[in-house]
Amino acid sequence: MCRILPAVCLAVCLTATVSLAAQDLQLPATVAAGSGFAIPTSGSGSATLYLVGPSYAAKRQVQLGEKILVQPQEVRSAGRYLAIVRGGGTSQSGSFYVVAAKSASLSFLAHPSRIPVAQRDGVIGVAFVFDKWHNLVRRPETVDFRLAAKDAPPVIQSVRSRDGVAWALMNSGHKAGNAKFVAALDGIEETRVIQQVAADPCHLQIRAERNAKGVLVETAPVRDCSGNPVSDGTVVTFTANGPQGLSTVDVPIKKDVAQAELKIPGPATISVASGVVMGNEVRVGGQP
Amino acid sequence: MKLAVLLVLATIAFLILGFAFPVHQAATPGIVSGEALPGVGGSTNTPEAAVRSLLGDVQAHDWSRAYSMLANANDVPEEAFIHDVNGNYGSLRTFSSLEGSRTRVLNESGDQALVRADMHWSTAVGPIYDVKELKAVQQGGAWKIVWPLEKQPTVPPQVVPVNYLRWDVISRGPQDDWGTQNVDSPQVRIVSMNAVQHGSTLVIVGEVVNEDTVPAFVDINAILLGKNGQDLDQESSFDKIQHTLLPKQVSPYRIDFPGYNLSQVKNVRMDAKAMLVPASADPVIAVLDQHEQTNVLGRKVLSGNLLNESGRVVNIAQVLATYYDSNGKVIWVSDGYVDRALLPQTPEPFAVDMPDNTVGKVQSYRVTVNHYIREQS
Repeated sequence: MCRILPAVCLAVCLTATVSLAAQDLQLPATVAAGSGFAIPTSGSGSATLYLVGPSYAAKRQVQLGEKILVQPQEVRSAGRYLAIVRGGGTSQSGSFYVVAAKSASLSFLAHPSRIPVAQRDGVIGVAFVFDKWHNLVRRPETVDFRLAAKDAPPVIQSVRSRDGVAWALMNSGHKAGNAKFVAALDGIEETRVIQQVAADPCHLQIRAERNAKGVLVETAPVRDCSGNPVSDGTVVTFTANGPQGLSTVDVPIKKDVAQAELKIPGPATISVASGVVMGNEVRVGGQP
Repeated sequence: MKLAVLLVLATIAFLILGFAFPVHQAATPGIVSGEALPGVGGSTNTPEAAVRSLLGDVQAHDWSRAYSMLANANDVPEEAFIHDVNGNYGSLRTFSSLEGSRTRVLNESGDQALVRADMHWSTAVGPIYDVKELKAVQQGGAWKIVWPLEKQPTVPPQVVPVNYLRWDVISRGPQDDWGTQNVDSPQVRIVSMNAVQHGSTLVIVGEVVNEDTVPAFVDINAILLGKNGQDLDQESSFDKIQHTLLPKQVSPYRIDFPGYNLSQVKNVRMDAKAMLVPASADPVIAVLDQHEQTNVLGRKVLSGNLLNESGRVVNIAQVLATYYDSNGKVIWVSDGYVDRALLPQTPEPFAVDMPDNTVGKVQSYRVTVNHYIREQS
């Protein structure tokens, strides 16, 4: 008796499993979002269909033995769906996955909006691939990132998306000005504008000349190491050191040049700096 | 009805009690009987009393009475005197009141004396201490004060063209599309930081630079971390910084932690917050003739002149002085407000203190100016 009982239990379990498997609905493993399909059923009489998805739930009467049509608008959101048909004393169920449809749009994040020229890996673009129903397209797609400045050949990087995201690091160009940063995929394009600005001043040079009011000090046109004029408004500090003490003035660059009139009567050594960049020094004599 | 009768009877009873036992009115606390305010209408039979009387009148805003105390009224127009003590052009002095003063006779001989007045002004930006050495002379049996009026040169009428840059900002609003581009915050960088002990206060000093090509509104925060890495305290630079930084402009900052000692602190976490703000490159203020000197109280100060090179009045100016040691390290940041407005093209003197413990170590210094301009409608 003790030997027979486990064998009986096993047989009952197997029978139950087989009978349950027989009640599974025949469903496709995956369905593209927004595309309808049919569910075949067996038996006769009326039954109730329950369809439950990530952002959708429906209940309707169906006829057993006929195909149940699932409408495209019922499966727009990607994710796992559960279909249950109950009727005639039986219950049939099954699940299927709705995956994103064809890529239809890109969400493109570009950073930064401003960058000094000649910065290695300074520009980052991140593109999220979505289908028509705003589902993230998780299968790999090739996204082209294109950074194009005026009068310069565009720089292109093609990147395969991973889990719906593609990103690229790119160098900023050597010429200041607005650059178009485009992410493209199968005719879909998203454009952002990256402002490439002059970098720190390079070879900051001044000249000074005494006049009736004091000393007129002026920079040579201030440019960065790539030759771009440094943005107007950039502050240049002139410092005059003489027997009467130290005199400083912060002046903004205007039309590539910064100039100031220092009211110092005696001789002085005048130096220039902008941010953390130092320039040359000049000496001026006292008033005659 | 009963309650009404009861109230009427109680009122009558209190009235009778009031007449039977009157209470004599006491003097107002803090004001000496016979004087509206200390010094007002006081005696002028000593030089010190005369100065105190004058300052009492200033404190009470009784300008005509104060003016009547001047020995040099012929040289000092009343309007100029009032502007001198009460401020004009929306300067900090116009937002100040004399809180108190101390006087001391420095020397007295015959009918002349020199009196030092230490004045404590209460202002919109905190207390300001001012020292004046006032000459007193005896005239007609009473002491009067020779007011040291600082005459401001008048700027000839002229047109000053101003065509410096101005930055305006259009930002994306919350109703705009997600994922579309916005204007980034400016890039700022803390270029130096130093923790120094100043009495019972732990002070963080250093400099910050705006590395961007757009103006930035900057604030520096510091968090003190204790021996076990726990947060001890958090403070910001408040007004010890030039908040609006133009591109490539460098500002000092100072953050005070009263009651903390360097030995308690293992680390300091610094954080520079920058915001894109509209700004103007005007006005340009030159800092001329900066030099160390000893003031009348025997304290070391850094003094010089501010020159407003623009064509409009700068109402309030704040001076920030950065002191460096021989290695170029920031060892202290002092600040001070100038209580007079900066008139166009007119030098205005300033002085900021140098703490005793830094005097010997200071190798160089740099002065920057914060300015506040009252918007004109």
